[in-house]
Amino acid sequence: MANTTATTAGGGDFTSNLGRIYGIYTGGFIAFIILMAILSAMGVENVIIGYLFMGFTIVIYAVIGVLSRTMQVGEYYVAGRRVPALYNGMATGADWMSAASFIGMAGSLYLLGYDGLGFVLGWTGGYVLVAILVAPYLRKFGAYTVPDFLSARYGGNLARLIGVIVLFSCSFTYVVAQIFGTGLISARFLGIDFNVAVYVGLAGILVCSMLGGMRAVTWTQVAQYIVLIIAYLIPVIWMSTVKTGVPIPQLMQGQALANITALETAQGITLHHITPFAHGGYDAKNYFLLILCLMVGTASLPHVLMRYFTTPSVREARVSVAWSLLFIFILYFTAPAYAAFAKWTMLDLVASGLTPENIAEKAGWMMRWAAADNTLVQICGKAATDTAAIVAACAEKGVTALSFADINLNADMIVLATPEMAGMPYVISGLVAAGGLAAALSTADGLLLAIANALSHDIYYKMIDQNAPTSRRLIVSRILLVMVAVLAAYVASTKPSDILSMVSWAFSLAAGGLFPALVLGVWWKRANSAGAVAGMIAGFGITIFYLVMTQYGADFDKATPNMELWWGVKNISSAAFGLPVGFAVMIIVSLLTKAPSRDMQDFIEEIRVPRGKQMMEEKIA
Amino acid sequence: MATPDRVSYWNKTKSLMFVMLGLWVFFGYIIHMFVEQLNTIVIFGFPLGFYMAAQGSLIAFVVMLFWFARRQNAIDEEHHVNEE
Repeated sequence: MANTTATTAGGGDFTSNLGRIYGIYTGGFIAFIILMAILSAMGVENVIIGYLFMGFTIVIYAVIGVLSRTMQVGEYYVAGRRVPALYNGMATGADWMSAASFIGMAGSLYLLGYDGLGFVLGWTGGYVLVAILVAPYLRKFGAYTVPDFLSARYGGNLARLIGVIVLFSCSFTYVVAQIFGTGLISARFLGIDFNVAVYVGLAGILVCSMLGGMRAVTWTQVAQYIVLIIAYLIPVIWMSTVKTGVPIPQLMQGQALANITALETAQGITLHHITPFAHGGYDAKNYFLLILCLMVGTASLPHVLMRYFTTPSVREARVSVAWSLLFIFILYFTAPAYAAFAKWTMLDLVASGLTPENIAEKAGWMMRWAAADNTLVQICGKAATDTAAIVAACAEKGVTALSFADINLNADMIVLATPEMAGMPYVISGLVAAGGLAAALSTADGLLLAIANALSHDIYYKMIDQNAPTSRRLIVSRILLVMVAVLAAYVASTKPSDILSMVSWAFSLAAGGLFPALVLGVWWKRANSAGAVAGMIAGFGITIFYLVMTQYGADFDKATPNMELWWGVKNISSAAFGLPVGFAVMIIVSLLTKAPSRDMQDFIEEIRVPRGKQMMEEKIA
Repeated sequence: MATPDRVSYWNKTKSLMFVMLGLWVFFGYIIHMFVEQLNTIVIFGFPLGFYMAAQGSLIAFVVMLFWFARRQNAIDEEHHVNEE
């Protein structure tokens, strides 16, 4: 029933051979890693290995992008709705796991210990809400974009327009973080200036998404998932084997935790890694609110929801959510182990008798990172660029033997630096860089496509020119995609904040703005247009107000004092206010105004059952 | 539209949704409120409270979703509203 738009040449062949194609691809990638290891052993320079890793993987993504180019609307927006559940799960995994998951999360777990696990829980549990509340119903409706659904359910272009505004705000914040991540990787591993590196990263993103829309993005994301998961698992399996003799880091994490606690006690650190609700200002209230905002945000982010528009049926959409979470789970339950082994390694290093004079010899990698960006590694409160700088800084503070607390590592560099920290060969560093790049690129592709689709399909086609021919719609979409991408790269080059915060803001914006309208739209027939519009404005308004006022203040300057936090709630959980306000306003306004028409109630009945044709049909161009 | 069969279908779908939501609240929040008490139990070096947040709840979410997909599909078929 799925193939409502035109059939495409060669599509069937490709989908029936998926297993073989990606099997060969995975084998090829592993062979490439081995080749790099051989080249490295033969004495090829590190920076060349770095270029080869990043260059080779980007070329692969570009080839997939070019091969999947399309000029058909159904293919461009929803990959022809022919993506099997398992592969859609893999693509969603890559779409989902961004620079924040790959680069930022284990680093935050390293710094925050137990309290960092709020990110792990929040970014997995949200899929339960996706599966039970939203995704299957949107699939039945048959939308191209999330605002499509809002417009159909809440009758008209006002709901659509507000949906587009929320979508743009959260996806744009999110994409800035991804481009920031690609810039960080390019700067360190290719040795180019950060401000130039963000535009290099941008070029990599564009080759994948511009030509083939959703179809190209889907098949590149599957390829990117394979690269990123291999790159994430190898260093931590390596560390686990070296430290414990058992190559199962998730299991041996227990031993790592026990050793961390012992080393912390020996070094007089009283705030333990495993202590709950004590690190970085995460008291129990902030911990649980963060989990809530991330989970609800998951079920509201348009670039995630639109992945479930590509499955052949409602049934496949449900199974696909489960597959998505399984593929995401593989990385997420490894991240705490990654952090634990990295922390164990660092504590061991400090315990070996570290002084300002011998640190360059024992841990030269810190100086290389400090040279890439002087905020990344600080020792005794100053950038650790060379021995002289470290000795001077420590002498000033009267430190003669370095303790764990004297060494300040940035959360965003820990995963990327772990191979060097644990003394692995450089080829592993190159692999991790390629993995981080895959994670950032795949998410950025999905986000840019979500933004460009909303602008071209919802604003241009549905609101400005309903008679626009297909070819013009798709060209408009591509031009907008490039424009948004360049703007995002510019914002990223100003380094607005760290990756994890920017991404968390995106979740709060989506949760506050879209969640009530999406969920009540399916589950409460009485919800009407006035209620939804008021609810979205109120929920999104409060969220963005709290975020901007506490982060920048009314003068948009990060440096000057900002608005006080309300009840001490951190602004990465801004939706803690937007969400209840959004629900309350939507319910109250709906009840005060007229109930939806008979036709609309029938429409909701129809969305709730899988059988029957999808509600929104696209005329074949 | 609202035939008796459709009503019963939607009631079953709703119950399943609430069961899932309840499990979600339990594994997402409630169990982690007892982290300090659970941490006194140590298995393979893992304090249990830490383990639940790092791995235990995640495993529960994955299993729940596969189970949900099966259950909901069975409800669809029982009420003949599955896709042909």
